[in-house]
Amino acid sequence: MAQRRSYQIGSGLFILLGFAALAYLATQTTSIANFSQGPSYRLKASFGNVGQLKLRAPVKIAGVRIGSVESIEVDPVKLDAKVKLSIDKRYSEIPDDSSAAIFTSGLLGDQYVGIQPGGSPEMFKDGDEFLLTQSSMQLEDLIGKFLVNGSPASKADAKDKADDTDGHPASPGSPKS
Amino acid sequence: MNARSGPFAGIADALAQVGACGLFGLQVLAALPASLRHWRESVRQIWFTGAMSLVIIMTCGLFVGMVLGLQLYYVLSIFGGTAALGTVVSLSLYRELGPVVTALLFAGRAGTSITAEIGLMRATDQLDAMEMMAVDPIAYVAAPRFLAGIIAMPLLACVFNALGIFGAHLVGVSWLGLDNGTFWSNMTSSVDVWKDVVNGVWKSVAFGAVVALIAVFQGYTTAPTSEGVAHATTRTVVFSSIVVLAIDFVMTAFLM
Repeated sequence: MAQRRSYQIGSGLFILLGFAALAYLATQTTSIANFSQGPSYRLKASFGNVGQLKLRAPVKIAGVRIGSVESIEVDPVKLDAKVKLSIDKRYSEIPDDSSAAIFTSGLLGDQYVGIQPGGSPEMFKDGDEFLLTQSSMQLEDLIGKFLVNGSPASKADAKDKADDTDGHPASPGSPKS
Repeated sequence: MNARSGPFAGIADALAQVGACGLFGLQVLAALPASLRHWRESVRQIWFTGAMSLVIIMTCGLFVGMVLGLQLYYVLSIFGGTAALGTVVSLSLYRELGPVVTALLFAGRAGTSITAEIGLMRATDQLDAMEMMAVDPIAYVAAPRFLAGIIAMPLLACVFNALGIFGAHLVGVSWLGLDNGTFWSNMTSSVDVWKDVVNGVWKSVAFGAVVALIAVFQGYTTAPTSEGVAHATTRTVVFSSIVVLAIDFVMTAFLM
């Protein structure tokens, strides 16, 4: 009987250890670990293009995470993207002329909403909307612009240079009228 | 097995094995409710197959994590991406290595002993004696071991993963000088609970069921000789390894 009891205690300990390991993996090493968000308030921002911005993407000021993206919807009237941001209550002192922009972390990393603080004495309140926003930078657009403008412009530059007298080299890719 | 002499005898034999194993699996599933009356036996099997495998699982998990840390650090440093070490190690452990390596170790550590134990019961007529006493050997011997495999495998895989992360942290941060915060924050920002951790757990549940079923089946149907038990034990390891890797591919394709 004593032996059977020790089996049971051992098995119980083993199961506890297994579940402790699972709980550790699930809470400490996954995105849940970033989720310890206290009470928060909402801000709205509309963007012409949100690019690859995802739900729960970070919202940052000066590179520090202060909240997350709560929802992304299309405004049925203006047909732009309405993004709701959930900001931690601790950071309630954001001037109401601040601007929101969608940035990419690294060259090809995930996108996040960066807030550039303004100088207004009035602070944002729950439910306010950003007046100044900047859409995400589309890598495809940039490449497209470069391809379309780049080569003809540089040829034009070369032609210009031939009869240029001041010898000032035009930067390649700059649009020439 | 009358098709012994035909040209397809081998294929027919293999098919018959797979079929018999499947039918045996149904029998075990049907006997699971009855086996819950012998829950003490299940607990004893969890102790034997799970808790007693902890040492090998933890040691192997630690070393697999350390090797992953070293190898991936080398590869990532070529591209200047050592900051992603935590992410790559944790994703490869959760999604693939944890469940698969644990299942292979589990087949070697627990599967073989299950097969040998039941095979010896068969060879010494203990299973027949149970039937004579109106004790269903499937409910009393096979089902508790099957249940224990299903319960123990995911827990073992989680312990393996945790030790693997610890090993990678040891090598990457303490030894190779990666930044501690970078290691963890990159990991936490790109590992998803449901897509990565929980899918790995599902995989290990399936592997546990398959390995335990094959081990019990091979023991139960062994030829009642010492040679038969030896062959059955070998077959357990070979078949479980093949089936685990095959199921891994199929589950990965579906769970992606």
